[in-house]
Amino acid sequence: MPRMVLTGNHAVSYAVKLARVQVIAIYPITPQTAIVEKLDEMIESGEFDADIIHVESEHSALAAAYGAAVGGARVFTATSSHGLLYMYEVLWWVAASRMPMVMVVVTRAIGPPWNIHTDHHDIMSMRDSGWLLAMAENNQEALDLTLLAYRVSEDPRVYLPVAVGLDGFILSHTAEPVDVPEQSIVDRFLPERRQPYTIEPGTDVSMGNIFSDEYFEELRMDMQKSMLEALNVIREAGREYGRLTGRSYEKLVDCYKCEDADYLFIGIGSWMGDAKIAAEKLREEGLKFGVARLRWIRPFPVDELLEAASGKKLLVVMDRSISMGHTGPLYADVSGATGSRVPVYGVVAGIGGVDVSYKDFVSIGKWAVERLEEEGVTHLPLTWYHNGVFNYMYPVKL
Amino acid sequence: MVIVDPHGHLLPLSRAARGAAGRTGSWRTKKPLLNESRCVGCLVCWLFCPENTIDIVEVDGKSMPRIDYEYCKGCGVCAQVCPTKAISMVEEGG
Ligand code: SF4
Ligand code: SF4
Repeated sequence: MPRMVLTGNHAVSYAVKLARVQVIAIYPITPQTAIVEKLDEMIESGEFDADIIHVESEHSALAAAYGAAVGGARVFTATSSHGLLYMYEVLWWVAASRMPMVMVVVTRAIGPPWNIHTDHHDIMSMRDSGWLLAMAENNQEALDLTLLAYRVSEDPRVYLPVAVGLDGFILSHTAEPVDVPEQSIVDRFLPERRQPYTIEPGTDVSMGNIFSDEYFEELRMDMQKSMLEALNVIREAGREYGRLTGRSYEKLVDCYKCEDADYLFIGIGSWMGDAKIAAEKLREEGLKFGVARLRWIRPFPVDELLEAASGKKLLVVMDRSISMGHTGPLYADVSGATGSRVPVYGVVAGIGGVDVSYKDFVSIGKWAVERLEEEGVTHLPLTWYHNGVFNYMYPVKL
Repeated sequence: MVIVDPHGHLLPLSRAARGAAGRTGSWRTKKPLLNESRCVGCLVCWLFCPENTIDIVEVDGKSMPRIDYEYCKGCGVCAQVCPTKAISMVEEGG
């Protein structure tokens, strides 16, 4: 298995090639563009055989990929920020027509003002659309999760699209060593494309007509059933990926020193690496922190989360986005899942790419334990951490 | 007709079928009348009818149009496109 030094973007390009993707439809946007530049290069040099459709907008990029997928091709597209928002309508079409496909979202703040650095508002806006959502912590995961995404999406028990997120610049433009699996291994892991139907010229079916309201609702209920089924499909595929490559993705929640921890950071993406370093530092000071990083946000891995949270004194949910007027979206998900079992704090930070280092996580950890132990606060839905200051931004104290 | 895939998923697909969208009923205000003596059988009307409600029938070995009033919406497109003015729109019930 060759080890290469790859940026997150190029790690994704290699995964797309290894997945034997047939059609790529794309519109450029920073920080995603390098993925497709690399794919273009691979096609040009003859090492990869796929069609690239250069379109005039992201709405068309997803629509073209969708059309090719409906026609029977394994497809790929990628975007960021405003590009994802421009795709928004088509996201729902792809999911509710049960069309397997994979997209990579290189996360980036949404303007105005203009900002090209990471936060998670773009990918979090997909939560309700019927796409499965995974989020990478490092470049190795960006590659592995992209391959896993194809396998899960095309599994007949799922038949829903999958988006894989990676943090803009922090991963997309930073190079680290990545193990790139052999083609023969990926071929064993990823069977030929399967999909619920194809539409080609001459096919006598049409999609998207008006149906009864009851049928519409039943179709949505079936999507939710498949989402729940996907929890097991991901575990099964993740286990097999581990058997083939030595890197298991059986767990939807990556637990770092959760077992003996009193307190847990919970979050998604690359900054959970900083949270892990902070957990070590906090432990040196006698505060037993662990990190429960959600590798998958949809389906929400509630069973694994409850297991990780069981017996803990406090969960500190770190959101890199906010549902304006309420709380961070992950906080809402986590506190909704745990109910009154365990105290949960929600902290929003790192919006617009503001750097959050392990030192910040150390301060947040100490601050949280103080609130719990000294003030007895059990629920603190939204504190916005900015430049070392804890800003309380929730109307009621609990 | 709705379509379910072999794995039991409900799909937003439908298969074309005669009258899938229902009969026109009573709301058509004008209907196309074909004057067979002017018709040359070019089938431009058949091609243009947006409702696909002009059929082709064999008359003396020639392909000729026949309007199906069960589904004709009375839009008048056929009358507009007919090169010989063989179709005229007349008041419904008139
Ligand atoms: S009036 Fe319209 S719907 Fe009726 S036959 Fe002519 S073109 Fe078709
Ligand atoms: S377009 Fe006019 S002439 Fe041609 S087939 Fe129709 S009715 Fe006849």
